[in-house]
Amino acid sequence: MLRLALPFALSLLVASSYGPAARAEESSPAVTFAQNIQPLLAQRCLECHGPDAQEGGLRLDRRETALAELDSGDTAIVPGDPAASALIERVASESADLRMPPEGEPLTHDEVEQLRKWIAAGAHFTGHWAYEPLSTAQPPVPRNTVGIVNEIDQFVRARLEQEGIEPSPPADRYTLIKRLYYDLHGVTPTIAEVDDFVANTSPDAYERLVDRLLASPRFAERWARHWLDKARYADSDGYEKDNHRPDAWRYRDWVIHAIHTDLPFDEFTIQQLAGDMLLDRTPLAHLATAFHRQTLTNTEGGTDQEQWRVAAVMDRTETLGSVWLGLTVGCARCHNHKYDDFTQREYYQLFAYFNNGDETTTEMVTSPESQAKYERELAAHQDSVARQRKQVERIREHLLLTEEAQGLGEQNDETIEEFALTHEEYAQAKAELEELQAQAPKPPRMKVRVISEREEDRRTTHVLHRGEFKQPQESVAPGTPSTLPGWGADDASPKSRLEMARWLVSGENPLVPRVAVNHIWGHLFGQGIVRTVEDFGVRGERPTHPGLLDWLAGEYIRLGWSRKKLAKRIVMSATYRQQSRHRPELSDVDPTNRWLYRQNRFRVEAEAIRDLYLSAAGLLSSKIGGPSVFPPIPPGITDLNYNSAFQWKVSGGEDRFRRGMYTYFKRTAPHPNLTTFDCPDSNVTCLKRRRSNTPLAALVTLNNRVFHEASQALARRILTADLEGDGQRIERAFRLCVARPPEPSEQKTLHELLATSRDWYASHPEEARQLVGNYAVANVDSREAAAWIATVRIIMNMDEFITRE
Amino acid sequence: MSPFLQHPDRTRREFFNTTASGLGAMALGSLLTRDGLLSPATASASSIGPSSTTKKPHFPPRAKSCIFIFMAGAPSQLDLFDPKPRLNELHSQPLPKEIWETARFAFIQPESAVLMGSPRKFTKYGQCGMEFSDLLPNLGSCADDLLMVRSLHSEEFNHHPGQLMMQCGVSRFGMPTMGSWLTYGLGSESENLPGYVVLTAGRGSSGGATLYQSGFLPSSYSGVLFRNTGEPVLNLRNPDGLPPELQRAGLDALGEINHGRYQEVHDPEIASRIANYELASRMQTSAPELIDLSSESQATLDWYGVDRPEPPGKGFRGTLPHLKTHDAFARNCLLARRMVERGVRFVNIIHASWDQHSELDRNITYNATAVDQPIAALIGDLKRRGLLDETLVVWGSEFGRTPLGENRRGRESNTGRDHHPFAFTMLLAGGGIRGGQVYGATDEIGWNITEDPVHVNDLHATILHLFGLDHLRLTHRFQGRDFRLTDVGGKVIPSWLA
Repeated sequence: MLRLALPFALSLLVASSYGPAARAEESSPAVTFAQNIQPLLAQRCLECHGPDAQEGGLRLDRRETALAELDSGDTAIVPGDPAASALIERVASESADLRMPPEGEPLTHDEVEQLRKWIAAGAHFTGHWAYEPLSTAQPPVPRNTVGIVNEIDQFVRARLEQEGIEPSPPADRYTLIKRLYYDLHGVTPTIAEVDDFVANTSPDAYERLVDRLLASPRFAERWARHWLDKARYADSDGYEKDNHRPDAWRYRDWVIHAIHTDLPFDEFTIQQLAGDMLLDRTPLAHLATAFHRQTLTNTEGGTDQEQWRVAAVMDRTETLGSVWLGLTVGCARCHNHKYDDFTQREYYQLFAYFNNGDETTTEMVTSPESQAKYERELAAHQDSVARQRKQVERIREHLLLTEEAQGLGEQNDETIEEFALTHEEYAQAKAELEELQAQAPKPPRMKVRVISEREEDRRTTHVLHRGEFKQPQESVAPGTPSTLPGWGADDASPKSRLEMARWLVSGENPLVPRVAVNHIWGHLFGQGIVRTVEDFGVRGERPTHPGLLDWLAGEYIRLGWSRKKLAKRIVMSATYRQQSRHRPELSDVDPTNRWLYRQNRFRVEAEAIRDLYLSAAGLLSSKIGGPSVFPPIPPGITDLNYNSAFQWKVSGGEDRFRRGMYTYFKRTAPHPNLTTFDCPDSNVTCLKRRRSNTPLAALVTLNNRVFHEASQALARRILTADLEGDGQRIERAFRLCVARPPEPSEQKTLHELLATSRDWYASHPEEARQLVGNYAVANVDSREAAAWIATVRIIMNMDEFITRE
Repeated sequence: MSPFLQHPDRTRREFFNTTASGLGAMALGSLLTRDGLLSPATASASSIGPSSTTKKPHFPPRAKSCIFIFMAGAPSQLDLFDPKPRLNELHSQPLPKEIWETARFAFIQPESAVLMGSPRKFTKYGQCGMEFSDLLPNLGSCADDLLMVRSLHSEEFNHHPGQLMMQCGVSRFGMPTMGSWLTYGLGSESENLPGYVVLTAGRGSSGGATLYQSGFLPSSYSGVLFRNTGEPVLNLRNPDGLPPELQRAGLDALGEINHGRYQEVHDPEIASRIANYELASRMQTSAPELIDLSSESQATLDWYGVDRPEPPGKGFRGTLPHLKTHDAFARNCLLARRMVERGVRFVNIIHASWDQHSELDRNITYNATAVDQPIAALIGDLKRRGLLDETLVVWGSEFGRTPLGENRRGRESNTGRDHHPFAFTMLLAGGGIRGGQVYGATDEIGWNITEDPVHVNDLHATILHLFGLDHLRLTHRFQGRDFRLTDVGGKVIPSWLA
């Protein structure tokens, strides 16, 4: 079976690789199918003349159909002869009745000319870029190689040279360490770490910092949260009842562990999609399948459970499409995809891989640490039991030697025991032994929801008419999309869910590494190389740097799919280390920084905002994993959910100050501090977070309890530190937040605010005590402490603090 | 784009004289933020993907604001709006076989279920003679302003999916709600309040916060939850011990520092952030003023039923023991009028639950009493102030209830009704709606629609039309597809229009 979308050999107008030859393509004004024609067809034509509908007998996404005779007897495209091509006649028509497309603005003059030129040149079709094999072209060599670190810079620099744009200089060292901490850990660096880095002029100082950050569990937490967005992870079922899922966190901890140990992405994929089917299945691999147990469960009264089972399998199918393939397959639930070459039948073939994965539970350890602790405790316990048993035996033997024992008649275990128990010493030792035995530590085990492949009574998958579970049509076997290469020697479709998972990461499938490296890049640049990270289809954007994307995809495989190694490659590049300052002179040429002439500035995510505040204040708990926690929540929020039995019992101790990723996530009533900063709702997979900028967000960081508490703690922190004078204190607070020292003008502004605040609190001691709350400082008057709180809270509201620069 | 952004190198003094702290703050605020809510989503949106934002309607609008009164849980149309004398005659008879063989049920055991008549008395109201049951005498008095649609239908059979369908036009998760689409399409007229506000009374709804999410639109198009007492918006109050003058001094200092950074790095997001802090500060004044009802006359408060006592009795499904739902609902209606007066685009008043599977009579009586007087007062008050013409008021739910009594196993006492998405009733008034008409009809037992079926997508298409928006053109590109409120359906119903 020919599985590529290229139905015949083509004399391509363009090279299919993206190396040096590809640069000619990117810069050439010549019309190409990939750059000019396919996007135009996808935007304006395929809805009616594409995979799903062929009005007038015309289908424009494939050459053989586009060149075929139409219902009318005309031919849309006659290669080499635009004048004879009905397509040109119709799009250029002056008559509104004849003109295509019938809705919206007519095509522009340029667009018509492009079509004309393309037909004149032979109307060559090329496959959609995302499905083409990875290019193996060598990185280009730019003219100016000054400051280049690795291949990434070669690609970016060469592209900038074509545009005639200079790259930005490297960021200063304060910005660099802050950037790395925000990107890799999502917390603030300490002052000592900043000072060390700034003072360390050795050439490998930056690399050593990167290595240290990647090795830390803070990195695993931060990057686990990125993955949890894709997994639509939450602590409740969703829908009306939205019941508690007591085991959801166990999967979250699996992700943290996998990232910390740098589980290669191919294994990471296989375990999550099919860990239950591995021959050498470990409990942890089975737990990984909980990725697909994050689907919603509808236990509302009166539901047809088959409807919601099918809905969950559909979600699994579509999440697979989004997360690994960058394709929005959901449209094909009901009909063939309108733009991408993906049929309804193919949808149900993908669906079939998941249709026999049953929702089950398995028992496993709560965490490797608790298991180790258990084993230690158990060993200690067994020792003490053994000691006590010896003691009991000693007493018994001793009693048997007494005269009284000689008086016993027949001696057997029963009579001896009876005899011995009449002696208090023995009875007590025996009771102590029993008590001790009863205190054996319990193995730290819990039940977790997983997927297990159904062995008996297996379901046959049918195409569902309009996606309706009650309207099955013809049956289908599992299969992967025909636009993608197959698997194995005969290029066939994978047969089972496990084979399908292996196929994804086999290296033969070019989409998966492209999509995966684009995600990683996006977290480190705020934008993907394909900006529509969720859509690699024909309507998605094309990569800004196709050669770079393919090089990175190949590099990911060459690095053994190591997430940490790939992230290191990227952050080591000079491209990553550039300043993020906008350059007004380029605001017309490239306003969104497509060519990467600078780094990007962007606000960090909801959880990271909380973590930054708490870490700068010195409040953040470093505890990793375990059940989700309940930090304070404004009153009334949990009343909004239907399940009136649900209670938000505020956590105590350090659990009040855990990282944001550990906050209990209730789907119908999520914590508002998360949602105000665009935390996804966890009902469907989220590939890219939004970054809204709203007054409600300003109110959170100004007034919300935990953020206020961070201000109180930060004030206490600088008031108890060994510092002299207001200037040093202001500088310390400032640097705890944004790493760099304040400019003189900033110092001055903050001094003035401090003075104003002191004036006010001098005559308002009661308000001062209120503002200080539980954060009083020994030997510091509450009026003074209050003035500092009023000042440092403004430092904490600086744009720079919640922005990765 | 604000003039400030076009001249990034203007001096700081100049900037502050014209923007952050002076009168110019309003100008900056509105320029940056008329976009959707208070929020300047443009800067963010432009950096996160293509958007087809349009702030002008496609054609002249009839309505400027919408008050959507959402009765979560599915009220019984048969006991409120759609009298069925024949059903009363057939009380206790089994359902006709041709219906139970094809229909789907949630709890009912169709083989043994029997029809249940309504004990309610229906009366004709107004010149149009629209019928209402004795549970809604006040709404009845608005009959000539109301359009009653008896032929709504939906595909969704369970509450949460059905509620998503009614709010989003499609039952999938991750889609924007109607209020998001309207503010996305038109922006907000309010300088000091969000464009999309949510008020709730009673227990939580099945859909919870998903009923006012913005889905794939930026979160600045999410509904902002207001409370009718206490702190109206989350985090509105300064920390205890921090006076307004120090909040002001702090914001001035913050503006200076942020502006300094802006001059250094030229990132327009910083300008947005400065403006948002100012808007937040203004909301700290405007939101408490909004919910402060002291400027309303006692007559007005009484009209709506503010401070009404709860009726005697316990265990009603439409409230919880610690809530004063009758008072809260009345306040919400009055606040909705005050919000509309202040330019809020979309107010969603949610009340749950109407899911009366059992003890229908006492529960529907409780709920109807809670909502009848305040809604009638709202319509009357809007009319008196000349606001009804440009304010669309919608009353409705995710579906209706069966003419069959519920005989769920173990509860065969037939005191409630089951889910019924095949035919249910909604009301519309004002905002360009032609009042005094009943649209659509159902069969003699209220099972099926016999005239003029209206799909949820049609309702939405018509609502958008009233706002001057073509439902086919109000789209947003997400994951390669242009999405709309009406999914793949929807047609405007011309006879609803005044």
